[in-house]
Amino acid sequence: MFEFISERFASVFERFRKQQNLTADNIREGLKEVRRALLEADVAVEVVREFLQRVESKAIGQQLIAGVTPAQQIVQVVHDELIALMGEPDSELPWASAGPTVILLAGLQGSGKTTTAAKLAHLLQRQHQKRVLLVAADLQRPAAIEQLKTLGQQVGCPVFHREGLRPPELCAQAVAAARQGGQDVVILDTAGRLHVDEALMSEVAEVHARTQPHATLLVVDAMTGQDAVNSSKAFHQRLPLTGVIVTKLDGDARGGVIVSLRHVVGRPIKFVGVSEKLDGLQPFHPDRYARRILGMGDILTFVERAKQAVDDEQARRLEERIAKDKFDLSDFQEQLRAISRMGSLKDLLGLIPGLGAKFAQLPIDEKVFKRYSVIIDSMTKWERAHPELIDMSRRRRIAMGAGATTAEVQALLKHFEMMKKMMGKLGDVQELAKRLPPDGELTKERLANPQSFLPNPNRLLQKREDKEALRKYRAERKRKAKLRKQQRR
Amino acid sequence: MFRAIGRFFERIKEGLSKTRQVIGGALRRLIGARRTIDAAFLRELEDTLLAADIGVAKTEEILADLQRRYRAGEVAEGEDLLRFLKASLRAELAAEEQELRFAAQGPTVVLVVGVNGAGKTTTVAKLAHRLRAIGRRPLVAAADTYRAAAIEQLSVWAQRARVEIVKGEPGGDAAAVAYDAVAAAQARGCDTVLIDTAGRLHNKEHLMRELEKMRRVIQKRLPEAPHDVLLVLDATAGQNAVQQAKVFKEIIGVTGLVITKLDGTAKGGVAITVKRELGLTVRYIGVGEGLDDLQPFDPDAFVEAIFA
Repeated sequence: MFEFISERFASVFERFRKQQNLTADNIREGLKEVRRALLEADVAVEVVREFLQRVESKAIGQQLIAGVTPAQQIVQVVHDELIALMGEPDSELPWASAGPTVILLAGLQGSGKTTTAAKLAHLLQRQHQKRVLLVAADLQRPAAIEQLKTLGQQVGCPVFHREGLRPPELCAQAVAAARQGGQDVVILDTAGRLHVDEALMSEVAEVHARTQPHATLLVVDAMTGQDAVNSSKAFHQRLPLTGVIVTKLDGDARGGVIVSLRHVVGRPIKFVGVSEKLDGLQPFHPDRYARRILGMGDILTFVERAKQAVDDEQARRLEERIAKDKFDLSDFQEQLRAISRMGSLKDLLGLIPGLGAKFAQLPIDEKVFKRYSVIIDSMTKWERAHPELIDMSRRRRIAMGAGATTAEVQALLKHFEMMKKMMGKLGDVQELAKRLPPDGELTKERLANPQSFLPNPNRLLQKREDKEALRKYRAERKRKAKLRKQQRR
Repeated sequence: MFRAIGRFFERIKEGLSKTRQVIGGALRRLIGARRTIDAAFLRELEDTLLAADIGVAKTEEILADLQRRYRAGEVAEGEDLLRFLKASLRAELAAEEQELRFAAQGPTVVLVVGVNGAGKTTTVAKLAHRLRAIGRRPLVAAADTYRAAAIEQLSVWAQRARVEIVKGEPGGDAAAVAYDAVAAAQARGCDTVLIDTAGRLHNKEHLMRELEKMRRVIQKRLPEAPHDVLLVLDATAGQNAVQQAKVFKEIIGVTGLVITKLDGTAKGGVAITVKRELGLTVRYIGVGEGLDDLQPFDPDAFVEAIFA
């Protein structure tokens, strides 16, 4: 989602890289670009101004440090300030010392409150072993109650609703019911409302007064533009917010609202919605997002997702086979499946430091992976182990079995061949993994200079290009030799 | 009846007056102070335009143009300046277009698409209500089979608007619902089919393909359908709306926009960028939660509202 903004920063920093010294002029020139990038990402105008003032004063006052390029130094300042702006990671919820913990969700229409309520219930049940009660208090939107009931069923969580009550009374009764029923958490799903709708705003304030929630969370759409400042301020005035949940981060919105909200509301972003699925709510890591904005990648999220998708045993076996050069089509298929489990490939590539911007424009058709998997399914065990021996007649049979064309089978085999050749590159990634600190914590110094521990992505790509060039050179040499031979005849 | 009309105008005024507050208020202060066009003024103007989600490119263009003309003596301070700003934005918006592209014969099919939470279902209901009010016979199709209770939501609306509805099963095939709806409209003599689709983020390829399929399936029944594909955009949306419009247009051939939730403080200024980059015009605006709260888009009023 931060692809675009990352690209911009990449070009800005490229410019700095070429310069020897940080002068007031070139800093200002470069920061103009940073400003544009942030605005195009929907960071609030007032936040952008304050941010740039801070960066500028820090950068201009700074002495050049020996051994560090001006570019790195500016990256460091922008990065530090972005992190400072977004605050410390904080996805803790304050648990009530006695009785149920009450969580109030509020926000504009369509921000995703009801879905988030169900996702939050799911997360608290699974990761915190809490007994949760969902409360359907959206009496405005038709069928909102049915929606929450359906979602409650899907996550296995009871849903409280009583007919004929106003939301404040309904919520108060729900909290009382939870206390009696021995539930640990009550999540109040309120109606979406405009911050300028006085009647509905005082109603939600009344809900707050009646239930005294331990956490009051504003649910905000990641695609929100400049108006986020107005609406979130207004909500914060009427409800003492304790945190924010940003939804629909699986879109490609540049997500500037994340940068703004913490600043405007002064409360941490607790969770982010990253998928339509009910397990798609995650704790928010400000530092990771800062790195992503700066085109520094988000290797930690990448590693985490990879860990979820591939079990250790599988990974170890695969490594062994690669080391012994026994990587075959069955392994390839296993990999394809693991990749689709990890989510969108484009998203994944965006997480790898330095690669995001490069791959953003690539048309990657993820359906191809599924096709490939189907084609491999219609191969015999022997064929999977000996892809190089699949001849034309086998190709035809496989194509028939998979409902594909022989050209597709051919393409798969070619891809596999390339993949096998690229396995050498895997060594670099493993090397990288070793160089990451064991606890996964990255120190400030490392962050300031990611090149010190990350392999240079340009070099990685270079290598592959070199190989390609070498292959072409050899093919050309072979062709010429053949020609000479023919001429001699 | 008269009360209803009175209430309708009340609503328009209400909706637009809220729209006025941010941009209009600040600009009026600026212009009212009768200041010369200096650096501080330009910066304030820039902030105001940006805050309305008009976008960096258009904002910079307006500022550059303003400075050039001011130096050339074509624009003076005060009211003249206001006229210039209005004209700049108005020039971006097309002339008034008809509300919907009705088919000459047989039912008109309107597909309503957009990202999650934009307000598609509510818009379909309001649109059905509006069409009924102008003497047409609409039928709504609850083809959002994905979101829990989306079908119930539209059913409640259909009942309130007293229009016919064709429903799918939760988790069922959305394209089949659309097909059935078109067939039902033909059989029952309904002249407009409004199809409510599931919200989808435009970067989810498989979901976008689903829309493509829906289009293909509808065309099996009625080759010239859909006559209109309306993209519903949330007025609070920022610059990502441009990307949304781009992808939806590419894949499903969006023909027009509906801007919802304009009764808040959001300006919906991104509509100007969408028009500029993709040539898509706004057909309707949503200004409230009631059935009456959908208005045909009026570009003059839109710009007036911004600077009023």
